[in-house]
Amino acid sequence: MTELVPVLTATWGSEQSWSLDTYTKAGGYAPLKKALGMAPTDIIQSVKDSGLRGRGGAGFPTGMKWGFLPPDDGGPRYLVVNADESEPGTCKDIPTMLAAPHALVEGVAITSFAIGCNHAFIYIRGEVAHVHRRVQQAVREAYEAGHLGKDIHGSGFDLDVTVHAGAGAYICGEETALLDSLEGRRGQPRLKPPFPAVAGLYARPTVVNNVESVASVPSIIGNGVDWFTAMGTERSKGMGIFSLSGHVQRPGQYEAPLGITLRELLQLAGGIREGHELKFWTPGGSSTPMFTEDQLDTPLDYEAVGAAGSMLGTRALQIFDETTCVVRAVTRWTEFYKHESCGKCTPCREGTYWLTQILKRIEGGRGTQADIQQLLDTCDSIAGRSFCALGDGATSSIISSVKLFREEYEAHVEQGGCPFDHAASALFEYSDTPATEEAHA
Amino acid sequence: MTYDETTLAQLTEDAAAIIARYPVKRSALLPMLHLVQSVDGFVSPDGIQFCADRLELTAAEVSAVATFYTQYKRRPNGEYQVGVCTNTLCAVMGGDRIWDELSDHVGVGHDETTEDGKITLERLECNAACDYAPVMMVNWEFFDNQTPESAKQVVDDLRAGKDVAPTRGPATVCSFKQVSRVLAGFDDGRANEDQGAGEATLAGLEAAKGQGWEASK
Ligand SMILES: Cc1cc2nc3c(=O)[nH]c(=O)nc-3n(C[C@H](O)[C@H](O)[C@H](O)COP(=O)(O)O)c2cc1C
Ligand code: SF4
Ligand code: FES
Repeated sequence: MTELVPVLTATWGSEQSWSLDTYTKAGGYAPLKKALGMAPTDIIQSVKDSGLRGRGGAGFPTGMKWGFLPPDDGGPRYLVVNADESEPGTCKDIPTMLAAPHALVEGVAITSFAIGCNHAFIYIRGEVAHVHRRVQQAVREAYEAGHLGKDIHGSGFDLDVTVHAGAGAYICGEETALLDSLEGRRGQPRLKPPFPAVAGLYARPTVVNNVESVASVPSIIGNGVDWFTAMGTERSKGMGIFSLSGHVQRPGQYEAPLGITLRELLQLAGGIREGHELKFWTPGGSSTPMFTEDQLDTPLDYEAVGAAGSMLGTRALQIFDETTCVVRAVTRWTEFYKHESCGKCTPCREGTYWLTQILKRIEGGRGTQADIQQLLDTCDSIAGRSFCALGDGATSSIISSVKLFREEYEAHVEQGGCPFDHAASALFEYSDTPATEEAHA
Repeated sequence: MTYDETTLAQLTEDAAAIIARYPVKRSALLPMLHLVQSVDGFVSPDGIQFCADRLELTAAEVSAVATFYTQYKRRPNGEYQVGVCTNTLCAVMGGDRIWDELSDHVGVGHDETTEDGKITLERLECNAACDYAPVMMVNWEFFDNQTPESAKQVVDDLRAGKDVAPTRGPATVCSFKQVSRVLAGFDDGRANEDQGAGEATLAGLEAAKGQGWEASK
């Protein structure tokens, strides 16, 4: 049995867990002091050696990303923390910032010192008021304690941190769209190259990292590389927060070594909802191809999930039992992508529109068998042809669900409607009235 | 512009504080639009002109940005923005039903406001609280694990002028204008208010404790 490893989550249950006092008593900010005594290149090397990979979805090696910054030319370079957390199913960064914002702030300080940044930004999605209060306060407390500001702990290192609010746009989680948004523009992805490491915020060298990636840095510096690499698998090192949601007994945040399996996680979470069984799940959010019970024992690390045909993504494990209509689930996700498409490129803008039309037709019982093929053909003209990964992500649940549950799509066509009782999926009792169906037809 | 003198003076002072947070002035635009909403309750024509003047942009440039983001409202918003998550996970767990009953109960649809100006309803995308599905947000505070009854009760209480507490967050929900000021980056002194971390947030930690597991040091 793989054991859970509460590192980032360890203090979440403490009294005033978000305060500087609680964080410091648990050993917080000692890694910062240690880091300030190290050479920046040694910090980068440690993070490289730890094997830490980006926790924001793509899994790019964090130390390597830092190493891509060009040599210091005397001008500014920036760290931008991606706290936009909006990928459906993903719900780990928000509780991290609510419960332990100082882990992030300390990570920001160490990372900034390592890459030679004197002004860092934390871009938080706008729809989470209390998270803003907690992070703003943590930054203020850190200034007062001398962990931020001028000449931090006598090191000669200066750092300012700005907490910034987004305003409701999933695409702003894409790193270059995020940079445009932070510059006060519409959040639309930029052409790469140049990569942010070379020309990012204000066209200066910039590192963009996810909240959990940055918050993991203090533990690596504090406990050492060997401590970190002792967790996880061959090429997926360390711990990560796995977010279980949906039809499970005890949904929530489970911090475990990479490589734990869904079967193990379910066991810890009390299993699937009483009297029901697993039907399908996403390993890494709605942009990752779905799995079924066939992957219950797949190690949840980058390699094994990839080899099984999906992506580890953000470890957003959305679990659906046999009452769930897969066509309904996929239609709703697709409407999300249509809504969030930034409109910059035609395959995604037009494609997500047509996908939604076809899916709604099928779900509403007005589709034809040819529509199912039309759906796949439309996905073909989006995946790999879009300007950014949002377009690809929009096709994942469609392609994987048609492969796994084609007969369910066909049943909607044959029966002229949805064969499922939506009320059976809900967590409370109600009887499914026709009015409910109308609202979404 | 039709702002009175005191309002304009306060806006100008706040805008200067926001602009000072960035090396390049235009970056202040998103928080300044939140600031405008904290005064006008939506992104007003006056507010657009104000941002344009402060940031040396045209009103058209400011509008083009404002209309890109769903949190910026083009019409006067209700005092309480009530959103029901109807992205897949929440929808399946009951969010669709909550939306239908709530919308019927309140008598307005998506992005519409009640006549008394109290409630604006909205269907939300995933709000990063899926482990608490089905989720509702009021002025961007979490109302976790909702049912149609609990959601209707919250809205009734809000309309009756009662204090309403989120399930995670501060002791009470503040107004749309007040929360917009928080998003503009101004402290409202409520960070230490707390309704508890939440069961799902602590689920893994509790499971680990139950097994006597800790991360090694
Ligand atoms: C449409 C889209 C949305 C994304 N949303 C997020 C997000 O909310 N948070 C995040 O950290 N990364 C998000 N990403 C990934 C970022 O582009 C980027 O890879 C990441 O922030 C890098 O940080 P990391 O290396 O620490 O993971 C998103 C990517 C895409 C294409
Ligand atoms: S793929 Fe979609 S979101 Fe990405 S640039 Fe194209 S239109 Fe915008
Ligand atoms: S799907 Fe509703 S909060 Fe994530």
